[in-house]
Amino acid sequence: MTTLHADAVTAGYGPRTVLDGCSLSLTRGEVVAIVGPNGAGKSTLLRCLAGLLRPRSGVVRLDGVDIGALLRRDLARRVAVVPQIFDTLFPFTVREVVALGRTARLGTFGGASPADRVAVDRAIADLGLGELESRRIDRLSGGERQRAVLAMALAQETDVLLLDEPTVHLDPAHQVAMLKLVRELACARGLAVAAVLHDLNLAGAMATRLVVLAGGRVVRDANAETVLSSELISDVFGPGLAVGRHDGRPVVLPIP
Amino acid sequence: MRTLTILGILAAALAISAAAGILVGAVAIGPADVLAALFGSNDVNGTIIRELRLPRVLGAALVGGSLGTAGALLQGLLRNPLADPFVTGTSAGATLAAVTAIALGATAPIVPLAAFMGALVAVTVVWQLAQLGGSTTVLTVLLAGVVLTSFVGAVVTFILVSSDRLALRLRAVLGWLQGGVSVISWEELAVAAIVVAVGLGFALALAHRLDAYAFGEETAATLGVDPDRTTTAVLAATALLAGAAVALAGLVGFVGLVIPHALRFAVGATNRRLIPASFLGGAVALVLADLGARVVLAPAELPVGAITGLIGAPFFLALLVRSRQVVV
Repeated sequence: MTTLHADAVTAGYGPRTVLDGCSLSLTRGEVVAIVGPNGAGKSTLLRCLAGLLRPRSGVVRLDGVDIGALLRRDLARRVAVVPQIFDTLFPFTVREVVALGRTARLGTFGGASPADRVAVDRAIADLGLGELESRRIDRLSGGERQRAVLAMALAQETDVLLLDEPTVHLDPAHQVAMLKLVRELACARGLAVAAVLHDLNLAGAMATRLVVLAGGRVVRDANAETVLSSELISDVFGPGLAVGRHDGRPVVLPIP
Repeated sequence: MRTLTILGILAAALAISAAAGILVGAVAIGPADVLAALFGSNDVNGTIIRELRLPRVLGAALVGGSLGTAGALLQGLLRNPLADPFVTGTSAGATLAAVTAIALGATAPIVPLAAFMGALVAVTVVWQLAQLGGSTTVLTVLLAGVVLTSFVGAVVTFILVSSDRLALRLRAVLGWLQGGVSVISWEELAVAAIVVAVGLGFALALAHRLDAYAFGEETAATLGVDPDRTTTAVLAATALLAGAAVALAGLVGFVGLVIPHALRFAVGATNRRLIPASFLGGAVALVLADLGARVVLAPAELPVGAITGLIGAPFFLALLVRSRQVVV
């Protein structure tokens, strides 16, 4: 029961090819971490999976249907994206931001149904944003804002959740908390999750599977035990990193 | 609930300022006579009230409401609280097209159409410029607006001086370039009202999609908004509203900038509330500005654009200074 499947996707910007024949499947209940060095094409792959960038060749299918053939509105009911950059100069409240997740389900003049309100309430409760709901989004801390954006994506009530470096503005404890929450939600609600992550240890600890990109290609798609080996890490990321073990799990360490 | 209260207050303010606009004028007419004149007396008072003051007040309300709404739309689309039809050069494009149309012999129903086309071209250029990206986008858009407005000023002056058409002469140079609602016929008013109603309807239907734009076009797309279609529709609605305003009153500055910006603090950033509030707020502002234009130097009249510029320009400057870190 594959939910989202990228098949031999080649994509890029202008004359530059960033992804070169990438394939990836995403099934409900799993959390896939997309890792790799800078410029490997991680965000580009995520943009293709989200239907934001059309592949030059290859195809991304959602339950067998080419997502390029779906209307934005229909795609947004199935696939939610947590963007990396989330800034506005306008004074939206947290609740208003979360309610944006319902955009694809509103009526012509933007009227909200009871189901919309229930979904927003639930997303706010899931992320513990109750006390912040009437605060302005531009006055929150990085961690609070990140939770609000995740709540917005959850309010979309999709089966697929894509996250572009969701932990980039967070301290280590918040990074772990954020990804734990995502993993729990994936498990409890049967979401198919893919997240671009920079931190290999975080990816190893939180993801059910790691997809390693290098030079626009998928070089390994396996569990943390297999991916986080000294050989693969030095092949992909170059020298300067060592793989040790902690509590029986592989950990990547910088070598001074 | 709070939004409804604020909309109610704005509607009441509009009724009161409209009443004031009808009561006050160069010729002193008592309230009882004004009421009689509104409901059909056929003397001089009837002509003054029904043919001069009433259309002028309604015209001012339409112009202000259009500009307020167009400002909210542009700010949402460009993700920039410093945008409005005037500073982006959209109104200038409309002015050039309207003046050219009249110089070529167009009549009342054609003028708003021409103004719409001019506004559409100008606002599309602005949008394309904003798409170029980079951190100077906001300034690029504003500079393009300045350039467009001075270019149009030059061309319009040229056309006005060289043309002998009465419709242009009536408003003369100041009427178009400084903004004024002094000469408005019922026919012009009816055409403009229809255009504004369509533009406002579009704006209200687009409001919730525009909210999704606040976090960028890509996020809007992942939230289920078709960016190309929505952008086109927002640009068209903006051009309809700005075009109607220009057809009635020429270049009136800053109403579209100040009103949505100020009302965002009262009703919040959500466009479903901001757009109707900006329509009412813009209408109130321009009816009052027009009243001011008539009484400040009475019996002489100022162009209403002089009043809005007097209040709006310092406001714009203050905003520019305050938001320097995001603009530059």
